Amino acid sequence: METSSGLMIIWESWPMFLSGTITAVQLCILFLGVGVVVAVPVSLSQIYGGKSLKFSASVFEQVFRGLPALVLLFLFYFGLAELDVSPLVAATLAMGLRSAAYQSQIFRGAILSIDSGQMVAARSIGMSRIRAIKCVILPQAIRLAIPPWSNEFANMIKDTSYVFVVGIIELMRQGRYVVAGSFGNALLVYSVIALIYLFLTYCGLFLMGRLSKKLAIPGFASAGAAMERI
Amino acid sequence: MEPLLKVENIEKTYDGKKVLNGISFEMEKGNTKVIIGPSGTGKSTLLRCVNRLSEPEMGKVILDGQVVLDKTVEKEPRIDLNAIRSQVGMVFQNFNLFTHLSVLGNVTLGLTQVKGMKRKDAVERAMIEIDRVGLADKKDAYPALLSGGQQQRVSIARALAMDPKVILFDEPTSALDPELIGEVLQVMIKLAKEGMTMLCVTHEIGFARSVADEIIFLDEGKVLAHEPPEQLFSNNSSARIRTFLKKISELYGGE
Ligand SMILES: Nc1ncnc2c1ncn2[C@@H]1O[C@H](COP(=O)(O)OP(=O)(O)OP(=O)(O)O)[C@@H](O)[C@H]1O
Ligand SMILES: [Mg+2]
Repeated sequence: METSSGLMIIWESWPMFLSGTITAVQLCILFLGVGVVVAVPVSLSQIYGGKSLKFSASVFEQVFRGLPALVLLFLFYFGLAELDVSPLVAATLAMGLRSAAYQSQIFRGAILSIDSGQMVAARSIGMSRIRAIKCVILPQAIRLAIPPWSNEFANMIKDTSYVFVVGIIELMRQGRYVVAGSFGNALLVYSVIALIYLFLTYCGLFLMGRLSKKLAIPGFASAGAAMERI
Repeated sequence: MEPLLKVENIEKTYDGKKVLNGISFEMEKGNTKVIIGPSGTGKSTLLRCVNRLSEPEMGKVILDGQVVLDKTVEKEPRIDLNAIRSQVGMVFQNFNLFTHLSVLGNVTLGLTQVKGMKRKDAVERAMIEIDRVGLADKKDAYPALLSGGQQQRVSIARALAMDPKVILFDEPTSALDPELIGEVLQVMIKLAKEGMTMLCVTHEIGFARSVADEIIFLDEGKVLAHEPPEQLFSNNSSARIRTFLKKISELYGGE
């Protein structure tokens, strides 16, 4: 009798789960996007930069990889309270830059695994260094980075749940609301939420695997390697 | 007549060690020169200094009247190195093909990105060179699926497509299985006969004998001999050179 009324409540709360899920996906895309945009120049600085660029990039990477997500969130939200940053801005900075630090490692590894002879060959036909990076290095690095990048995606979709601590109404927070309205049927509600995260992770990795296959080049990098990480 | 390529008194130091110690030579248009010499003697470094992929401390390089390098003056004039490099082809021991691009993509990249050609014109131009090295049927293949000999021919086509004034070859056959060397040498011989200006580091004595106008013997960063093959391979050469030639003909089966 009690479970069935619990199920009833979950059924009736579907708009909240749906809205929480959509928010989680949007946050994940936003954080990863900020991560890519920052990580590419950071990794390029670490490899091709001068001394001071290299140093700054490394400091950035070490700091943002070295701190717990919650500490970063608190720093950016409560720490910058004077500046009146919105929860979304604080969360985007904290989670986006944190992801950038991890992603910069992924891109750096991918770039370094490309034989340096290709850069020499590109320069020898008269390409500038920037053009060579754009036309020769990055297209290969992106392909090599997809499998480890899928890992970063899988972490990120889960890590979006942290941002409920700064008051963003994502899946976890919606879950709390549902629990509150279901007379404390926490096990059932959080099980549904767990299933939703699993489903999102699976879908994401599936898409990454498809992308990896689509971009695969005969004899180069491994197609479908992303799928093996589930 | 002004030489096409003039290299004067190049000096290059690595880690306090003089790798090139005052190298000078000239090349006429259409010449083929072969550089030989013991390992670690600065042959690759010399080629890289010609288009400034390595930066020498001293010396001067003039290509077809354009200053490529001039360390003899206080302040060098502004030099558009990318423009110069696009006129100097380079073929590497390890091919260095762009692995994410097909044969056609490898050969067109410089045309579209450096020469600013339209895609259609670039493809047309590239196909001429791909055909010239005998790989028209492989134009859509990716490097990883080609044999070493085929990859090296693609890299020659990539250099040729840029319409270079001179092509620098750095041991183009050293990384190849013996049965694949012939197809690459054939392409190089054809180019030499068609009047391409070529500066080749190679230990293929047969190639040197049949197509080189002159051979430069490099030893410890210095030019030990610079003469036509008949002369170098005659018994008048110094003991040092004869010992080396004997050793490589044993290694590479040149004689
Ligand atoms: N980037 C570099 N940094 C430091 N030393 C270098 C570098 N490149 C070459 N050298 C040194 O310069 C010397 C000449 O090298 P180079 O590669 O030009 O010789 P090589 O005649 O081409 O030899 P090989 O026949 O083995 O190819 C060697 O002692 C080498 O160790
Ligand atoms: Mg060498």
